[in-house]
Amino acid sequence: MDGTGFLQREHFGELIRILAGRGYRVIGPQLRDGAIVYDDLSEVAQLPSGVIMDVQPARVHATVTQLPRYFSWANGPQALKPLLFRPVETLWQACRDDKGRLEFSAADEQEARPLAVIGVRACDLAALELQDRHFLQGEYSDPHYARRREGLLLVAVNCTHPDATCFCASTGDGPQARTGFDLVLDELDTGFIIGAGSKRGTALMEDLSLLPVREDQLAKAAVSHQAAREAQTRALPPGDLYDALAARREHPHWQAVAERCLSCGNCTSVCPTCFCSHEREQPRLDGSGSVHLREWDSCFSEGHSYITGLVIRAEPRHRYRQWLTHKLGAWHRQYGRSGCVGCGRCIAWCPVGIDLCEETAAVLGGGHD
Amino acid sequence: MKARIGVYKFSSCDGCQLAFLNLGETLLALDELVEISYFAEAGMMDEDTPVDIAFVEGSISTAADRERIRRIRDHSGRLVTMGACATAGGLQALRNLADASAWLADVYATPEVLDSLDQALPVAEFVEVDLELWGCPVDSRQLLAAVRSLLFGVLPPPQREKLCLECKRQQAVCVMVTKGEPCMGPVTRSGCGAICPRFGRACYACYGPAESPNGSALGRRFEGLGLLPEQVARRFLFINSHADAFLEAGQRWMSGHD
Repeated sequence: MDGTGFLQREHFGELIRILAGRGYRVIGPQLRDGAIVYDDLSEVAQLPSGVIMDVQPARVHATVTQLPRYFSWANGPQALKPLLFRPVETLWQACRDDKGRLEFSAADEQEARPLAVIGVRACDLAALELQDRHFLQGEYSDPHYARRREGLLLVAVNCTHPDATCFCASTGDGPQARTGFDLVLDELDTGFIIGAGSKRGTALMEDLSLLPVREDQLAKAAVSHQAAREAQTRALPPGDLYDALAARREHPHWQAVAERCLSCGNCTSVCPTCFCSHEREQPRLDGSGSVHLREWDSCFSEGHSYITGLVIRAEPRHRYRQWLTHKLGAWHRQYGRSGCVGCGRCIAWCPVGIDLCEETAAVLGGGHD
Repeated sequence: MKARIGVYKFSSCDGCQLAFLNLGETLLALDELVEISYFAEAGMMDEDTPVDIAFVEGSISTAADRERIRRIRDHSGRLVTMGACATAGGLQALRNLADASAWLADVYATPEVLDSLDQALPVAEFVEVDLELWGCPVDSRQLLAAVRSLLFGVLPPPQREKLCLECKRQQAVCVMVTKGEPCMGPVTRSGCGAICPRFGRACYACYGPAESPNGSALGRRFEGLGLLPEQVARRFLFINSHADAFLEAGQRWMSGHD
């Protein structure tokens, strides 16, 4: 195949060094506190070598094996979202001068280096495209997100070990990364088949010690793509579910979910496409100025539906219904596709294991009025 | 003229007052803004001077407490409860669930000399409270935010969201999902900065109940993690046992069925 090369495992560190050398802040997956987290990466030894994850609804267990691979797991609670849409961000500051007038100024941007993220999955790339639509392509572009997005370099790794909670094959977003990356890797025991998806990616490949890719290596990668697809046992129904869900607004299953739901917002916090936030003021103690913050919020919080003295979705069943009908229905009208990319995080990280796929099937499958 | 404040202690461990005393240089900035007329732990002992803002630590657990809190209410503009004891009775409110006089008789040789009510109760059961700050102890940041808001003449915005939201903003890994810890985060009010989960241990709900806490669902999950019903009950009946939502959930689990 043209444009691809084989990076032997012992040369993988070159990729990290080259990216750092070109001025990137390199981020990559690591095992921490029992989960895969994305953080600053300066050497290969930090990668989750041999880590295998057993991921079930509400239960995540990591095992470190002697397997030579760095990417033999599907995902962790977060990937790209907090890097671009910060959980807590200063939007602006205000100062009061001697005469009591307020002067507004932009927040200081602390991080000047562009980000390079190694180990991005197909579901993460699909989620990123959705976040781009929300933060960049609407009537108002978010300058904070835009600044970090502009320089972002993405090294995708095709998923070979989907979790039991994964269903990206049914949403059409994975497990193979097809677009939106600078480089894409297929991991084999001995190294990586590497291909470029952008000019920046092609330029990077020129600096790596690559061997030609052999036919048997390509065949192995193709087998693992197929296996990753077939290993998935969960699925969402395809298409726009807006009308089907709207017709079932009073379905008794919403209450059945609410009896289990903690309305804790873990699902929306780990969801790579959820973008809700609230803003608040943090005044200085002496009253001379204030910092205006934006923080992740959730449609499972009381404040999310608070409007002039009224909480519109006071009951958890209304909140779960809001989330699901927006994510799987109204997103089609807002963003041209479903808001779910099949990453399964909301299932794994729900403390009580509420299963988006099962709940959707229960609401759609039962009777309705 | 500077606003005058007082910091009054009732039945408590004094830990919430440290949220003031541990401020460091900020304490000097606070001193520029307010005059502290009463704060025994810091040395100011003028209890009877009227104040604009009264910060009250501790629960009401003696007859003398009951009289004193009314006097303080009478001479205070705004009254703020500071911490789990003043807001929800605190750890000592566990005696509300037991036979308190029997406990006294078990522990003390001459219990009749003690001034101790059968129940340790939140300040709000005796006088009107303008603002409740939860936590065991309260966090200095929330205390300063409250001072600032009250000096502006407004109450701070309500903080009733679930701890999980704060925990995820801190990008802590969920200890319930990865370690099977019986974490109270999903029913607990945020504000602490998710300190316990960030250090790998379960939240024990010292900030009290969040809005719409689902104690049944969380308790069932704890059972799934191996806790017996009484152990589930103890998670709710701990530092904020007298807070309605926790009392109700705790008693249901204590009775052996949900």
